[in-house]
Amino acid sequence: MVVLFSLFLLSLLVITAIAIVRAENLFSAVMLSGIFSLLMAINFFVLDAADVALTEAAVGAGVATVLLLGALALIPNEERKRTRRSPVALVTVIAIVLAISYASFDQPRVGDPEAPVHQHVAPWYLEQTPELIDIPNVVTAVLGSFRGYDTLGEVYVVLTAGIGVLFLLSAGRTSLLPRRKEPSIASSLKDHLIPHVVGRVLIPFIVLFGLYVQFHGEYGPGGGFQAGAIIAAGIILYALLEGEGAALRVLPPRVLVGLAIGGALLYLAVGIVCMLLGGAFLDYSVLASDPVVGQQIGILVIELGVGLAVTGTLLSIFHAFAARDQ
Amino acid sequence: MFALALDSLSWFMLTSGGIFVLIGGIGALRMPDLFTRMHASSLTDSLGPMLILGGLALQTGWSLETLKVLAILIFMLITGPTATYALGNAALMAGMSTRATELEDD
Repeated sequence: MVVLFSLFLLSLLVITAIAIVRAENLFSAVMLSGIFSLLMAINFFVLDAADVALTEAAVGAGVATVLLLGALALIPNEERKRTRRSPVALVTVIAIVLAISYASFDQPRVGDPEAPVHQHVAPWYLEQTPELIDIPNVVTAVLGSFRGYDTLGEVYVVLTAGIGVLFLLSAGRTSLLPRRKEPSIASSLKDHLIPHVVGRVLIPFIVLFGLYVQFHGEYGPGGGFQAGAIIAAGIILYALLEGEGAALRVLPPRVLVGLAIGGALLYLAVGIVCMLLGGAFLDYSVLASDPVVGQQIGILVIELGVGLAVTGTLLSIFHAFAARDQ
Repeated sequence: MFALALDSLSWFMLTSGGIFVLIGGIGALRMPDLFTRMHASSLTDSLGPMLILGGLALQTGWSLETLKVLAILIFMLITGPTATYALGNAALMAGMSTRATELEDD
């Protein structure tokens, strides 16, 4: 039954991918990419990767679609016609398809416990998490503690990408931060009573759910990345309903940039505090007298840093796109 | 006996919900213009989920899952019609004509 469902989902994915490539209207391409992300999220969920599914649904289908729409407001709606077809591109694509198809013959069966990926460090993580960190969600333990370096790197990748986008979008202007002004794109929903009322009712629940995902990440699927995206989505909805200016009054650009940088620095600071207390960089065990409690405190604080950084970066990018629209 | 009745009711709701979603899908493909298509597809986010999630709630019995299913249902009942309204309104603003007015124009 699950196999049948997976096959159905994967066929839909292929159809959507082909539709994205073939779409000449960029608006439909953006909408289709949102559908693609949602299908991908369901796929991850079928594969029991609930944390990844939540991220894909919140970032891929939610925030990324809004950001792409923001970008679309700056460019023409139709794809530019390509008259010439490049043989190099065709050869490259065929070569990659052949290579990937060849590699897929060696792929282990889905969920095979004998697969190499399950033989490496994964058994050690599963065995040691209850002992060393004592939280139910092993994914959070791996992400926050065992592989804290990787996650620190990811947070700085997000921050760097955000800075890059802000620089690109502020080209030709004196200030990197968007000015406080009432742009045209976002104030359009004010006159529509029903979406306005329903949206206002939903926003508190969206933010509450974001906080739940943030602080419940040790027990269930979730954590800083997902929570950051969900809270950012809630505030973007507020910006769409009440106008850009209202959202900027609640969270001014400087605060958003401060959140992004502060979150990343908070993560780094935890690592440095660990070193000052005599442990290794990001070795949370020294944070409390009981190493297990220390690990839990460390994971909570770095997840908070991740959440702040993601929220700040996503909202800064959104406002930069909206400000560019004038 | 009561359990059997509850189970039958649950399966009846699940099946009929599935049928309504199917009808909505067929309607969205076959109807002539945007507004009638929306009318058909609104079945898939109002009556369909009501029956399917209601049937699922009966399957779970009284537990935390029932509450979660009901929360999802309430969320869908609020957002579905809002999205349909927003889409219809946007189409009307953009000057999308209905089949009926097109026929009058001819």
